[in-house]
Amino acid sequence: MIHVRGLTRSFGAVEAVRGVDIDVSKGEIVGFVGPNGAGKTTTLRMLTTLLRPTSGTATVADCDLFTDPAGVRRRIGYVAQGGTVGPFSGVGEELVLQARLYGLSRSEARERVTRLLEELDLAGGEKRTAGQLSGGQKRRVDIAMGLLHRPELLFLDEPTTGLDPQSRTNLWGHVRRLRAESGMTVFLTTHYLEEADALCDRILIIDDGTIVASGTPAELKAAHDAGTLDEVFLAVTGRELREGAAA
Amino acid sequence: MTALAALTGHYLRTSFANRFAIVFGAIQPLFYLVIFGPLFSRSGVGSWDTLVPGLLVQLALMSSGLVGFGVVFDQRFGVLERLRVTPAARSTLLLGRVLKDSVVLLIQAAGIIVLGYAFGMRAEPVGVVLGLLLITVLSIGMAALSYAAALTIRMELFAPVMSTLVIPLMLLSGALLPMSLAPAWLDVVSRFTPFRYAVEALRALFAGPPTSPTVLWGVLVTLVFVAVGFTIGTKVYQRENT
Repeated sequence: MIHVRGLTRSFGAVEAVRGVDIDVSKGEIVGFVGPNGAGKTTTLRMLTTLLRPTSGTATVADCDLFTDPAGVRRRIGYVAQGGTVGPFSGVGEELVLQARLYGLSRSEARERVTRLLEELDLAGGEKRTAGQLSGGQKRRVDIAMGLLHRPELLFLDEPTTGLDPQSRTNLWGHVRRLRAESGMTVFLTTHYLEEADALCDRILIIDDGTIVASGTPAELKAAHDAGTLDEVFLAVTGRELREGAAA
Repeated sequence: MTALAALTGHYLRTSFANRFAIVFGAIQPLFYLVIFGPLFSRSGVGSWDTLVPGLLVQLALMSSGLVGFGVVFDQRFGVLERLRVTPAARSTLLLGRVLKDSVVLLIQAAGIIVLGYAFGMRAEPVGVVLGLLLITVLSIGMAALSYAAALTIRMELFAPVMSTLVIPLMLLSGALLPMSLAPAWLDVVSRFTPFRYAVEALRALFAGPPTSPTVLWGVLVTLVFVAVGFTIGTKVYQRENT
């Protein structure tokens, strides 16, 4: 679903991502873990066509990232870190707009939005503004934004940052169910290691612009003789990944 | 096409949800019409027929010139990013907004013209309709530039920079007092601003048949302005925000 070789991105003299290789198979939930500033978001924004890589090759959802970015956009969903709706807009209106930009007709869009809101425990919330929603509800609206066109591949950038533990667990449930029901591939970033452990089939640890370890949570723990992913992280980077560093 | 219709419809619904903002966007020209107009029409400098076309250009500058503020919020709350990740073309994303702005401007301009007639403006209806068209086209270029500015300069600077910029542009266009009164140097400076040609074309359109060279020049300059404005706007919209 994702095949990336030697992906780099520089901002002026700063090399934010320094030669990343990523392979993700269909139906996997893959966690992209690393401290703030490690290059997670930059990588994600490259894979979702929002940033042009400085060098490398990449196929995302069977489309070449460089020659067919429109094809990539049609097949993927992307939920950015910072949210998707302003505080004053009705979320139904915004969701219908987004669906129509993905080519759904007006009636299809309305139907799809109603359905998705039900699935995400937000039934009947169309008229509410983002300002009237809780953090967890808002995040689920963001996720709905990425699901309108039934993408094969969903990118989630720090989906649970700033959520209380209960909302986080609830969101994990939704992600698992999506994969189970539609076989969707999910690529998400997080800096909660126990989240990656609980939710992801496979984990890529990125530090300072390069991937320093990858494998299933069990493989990683075994390889580093560690009981938790926190210990794995400490072993491969020599540092602690402080939890909730940027809420 | 679906995408453009959806975007324009969405932005229009959002705008009309706040009708007060539509009136407020035209508040400056409205003040000039109601408070300055009665003085102007008795000053011997010109009549309502001279002032109202000028106020329409002032409206395009003030109303469309400040629309960029909306996109600042879109950028801040991740709306822009969310739209950019859809297959819709970047130029469509911009055009959807700009078309909404031109509809809003058309309504504001129509309001000012109706009030102008009520105060005693005498203008050719055909010329007025053509004038509305010209001002709508002008507003497209202005709005596109406003978005480009909003996405380029720091957000807290946008409002002060733009509202400071539009005042000299408006005065130089001769919107309030015709440039025929100007000393030579001011007249020369004014000729370098595109809006002067629009003001003069509008006055000519309101006064008589739409065939004078003044009208032609106004149309020509406005078309070039729109082409340049929209090109710059699209370029900026396509730029990746890092």
